[in-house]
Amino acid sequence: MTPFLPPEVLPLVFAGLMALSVLLYVVLDGFDLGVGILLAATRAPEERDRMVSSIGPFWDANETWLVLGIGLLLVAFPTAHGVILTALYLPVALMLAGLILRGVAFEFRAKAEDPADKRRWDRLFFTGSLTAALSQGWMLGRYVLGFDAAPAALGFALLSALGVAVAYAFIGACWLVWRTEGALQRRAIAWARSGLWAVAGGIVAVSIATPLTSERIFARWFAFPNVVLLAPLPLATGALILGLHALLGHMPLPRDALRNLPFWGATSLFCLSFAGLAWSFYPYVVPDQLTVYQAAAAPESLTLILVGALIVLPVILAYTVLAWLVFGGKARELHYH
Amino acid sequence: MDPILLARIQFAANISFHILFPTVTIALAWVLLFFKLRFNATGQARWMDAYRFWVKVFALSFALGVVSGITMSFQFGTNWPGFMNAVGNIAGPLLAYEVLTAFFLEATFVAIMLFGMSRVPGWLHTLATLLVAVGTSMSAFWILVLNSWMHTPQGFEMRDGVAHATDWWAIIFNPSMPYRLAHMLIASGLTVAFLLAGLSAWRWLRGDRSGGVAAALRTGIVMAAVLAPTQLVVGDLHGLNTLEHQPAKIAAMEGNWETRGNVPLLLFAIPDEAARENRFEIGIPNGASLILRHSADGVVPGLNDFVGEHPPVAPVFFAFRAMVGIGSLMIGLGLAGAWLLWRRRDLPRWYLRGLVAMTFSGWVATLAGWYVTEIGRQPWLVTGVLRTAEAAGPVPAGSIGLTLAMYLVLYAGLLIAYVATLYRLARKGEYGAAGDHRAVPQPA
Repeated sequence: MTPFLPPEVLPLVFAGLMALSVLLYVVLDGFDLGVGILLAATRAPEERDRMVSSIGPFWDANETWLVLGIGLLLVAFPTAHGVILTALYLPVALMLAGLILRGVAFEFRAKAEDPADKRRWDRLFFTGSLTAALSQGWMLGRYVLGFDAAPAALGFALLSALGVAVAYAFIGACWLVWRTEGALQRRAIAWARSGLWAVAGGIVAVSIATPLTSERIFARWFAFPNVVLLAPLPLATGALILGLHALLGHMPLPRDALRNLPFWGATSLFCLSFAGLAWSFYPYVVPDQLTVYQAAAAPESLTLILVGALIVLPVILAYTVLAWLVFGGKARELHYH
Repeated sequence: MDPILLARIQFAANISFHILFPTVTIALAWVLLFFKLRFNATGQARWMDAYRFWVKVFALSFALGVVSGITMSFQFGTNWPGFMNAVGNIAGPLLAYEVLTAFFLEATFVAIMLFGMSRVPGWLHTLATLLVAVGTSMSAFWILVLNSWMHTPQGFEMRDGVAHATDWWAIIFNPSMPYRLAHMLIASGLTVAFLLAGLSAWRWLRGDRSGGVAAALRTGIVMAAVLAPTQLVVGDLHGLNTLEHQPAKIAAMEGNWETRGNVPLLLFAIPDEAARENRFEIGIPNGASLILRHSADGVVPGLNDFVGEHPPVAPVFFAFRAMVGIGSLMIGLGLAGAWLLWRRRDLPRWYLRGLVAMTFSGWVATLAGWYVTEIGRQPWLVTGVLRTAEAAGPVPAGSIGLTLAMYLVLYAGLLIAYVATLYRLARKGEYGAAGDHRAVPQPA
């Protein structure tokens, strides 16, 4: 198809689409993987059932954003795709195994008759969710430092792995605050409260470590006038954390008011952190190695995909909203009918 | 071990495991829509009973298809980085369109289909079922477009070793696409026909004679009777198309070494690639010439015309016979069943036992068929454009071997759990018993 956008804009548009997919993935699959991790925090079968049924209608569509994100990387930046996936071969395989276990455990646990069988699938549900979260965090850490294999860099990746798992558990807890009630909701509030500070610690650690390891990123943040212009980002993050802390301290409120606010607060926190990372890396698609311009595929093919994406993405968003409306409100008891 | 071979085994293991589940869900989605529409039209409980049972099988198969499909989307890059570098400009948009037009559609509406019956109006639930069926078929369409293009590429030009699209219409409607797509969709229909009939026959033999079981059993038999003979015709046309575009593959399928006329149809042989001849041949004289050229002395291409450029012969040769053998059994059972139903006979026990034995035969035939066509394309990944060896990545053999072992253990476990769960659901006999409430829609 004849390109209608200038060739220097097209890679940027695709980098934006890819970033949007990854951000949506991290928020959406983040909360359902987080709920999977939190399964280990309760032993009561009916609480586990409720937690799983709160994410049951969502996980599949949520995971599709990962396919779109990796698909866009593959399609728009084939060279970068090769470099990244080759460098992250083992954690990718581990993440996939985790996602497989988690995804099938939904179905198998629902069809298990023997409670012991169900507990086994619950364990795999938890293991799969945690494995996927840890591997994603590990990959993020390796990516941030440009696949540096020095011990300190691997230590950073380990920290990042834990950070992402905690962040997912946190947004999962916020989801449960919104979607559950009674004793389970009160426990979810407690989980979210302790999770918030762990997340805050992770954000601070990554924010300090990244500029220290890369002069380019340091200059990007601390050179004048950037340091002034960018100041709202960390300030907003700090304010959000304090606000969430205060809110969670008072929940549940009478008539369950503001029940969805922690989730949207957590989502904003994810967006701010993501914006920070994106600012650090632009215009690189592989940190310090490949820019989006160097890695972009042929403009004719990108234009064809862009046209399809511009037509189809609004439709996808529309029926996603429909699904969220259909499955709004508190997760029901297991009896769906 | 050779990392390329390991990468191929790993990719083959994953794609073989994956294809089992779309093969079920593509056709089963349409069957569920049929059950739902029959129930809407007649109000008869047996159609809803059949829907309730098979929607659970669908949910389980769908989940397994999704998670193994996500693995696929990564393995394109981890196992074959050279593939995207060389033909990414063609494969990329096709895969992107699959995700955009099919994946999101399926993934979102499957939630309404499985969980939403009590939350949305009846028409919206039926619409969701339809959209899921459309989504699964659309997904099959894009994947088979890409796969067919890899067999019979056109509509592009090579610049500096990279394929650039020149004609998307030619790329999408490449010569083998219509045949391969029809062949695969019917394969899915047959897989589901025998799954429906086999599992229902098993329940029937165990004494579960409820209306839902009978409805699914009849549906399966009628599907088999219609689709199995159709597949024979489509498969034959697909073969003629392959003869035109990939003669080396046909030569391997027929086990024919010399290009000549009066080639027999080999029922059995052991191809010996070292000696370049067959051992223990049993054949029907002139059979292959008649099928491929419609005349007894028709010339059939031989492998010796493609020395060093043809696929490994034995796997293609045997896989083809496995596929055709199962297909013949399917035609026999399908037609026999239709005759028995037409004469309003009770289905005899031997016949029901035959269906039980064939429950998963569609899987075996589908895999065998894919092995024929994919191994038959070797040594090429994209015929005449890119060799498989050129597309491999720099990942060390140890990493591939390690992850291969992990995948194999995982897949073996999941396959056992899947089949065991199917029979446990079937044994339960009653619908919506404790433990699985979510996939249990209520009659309106």
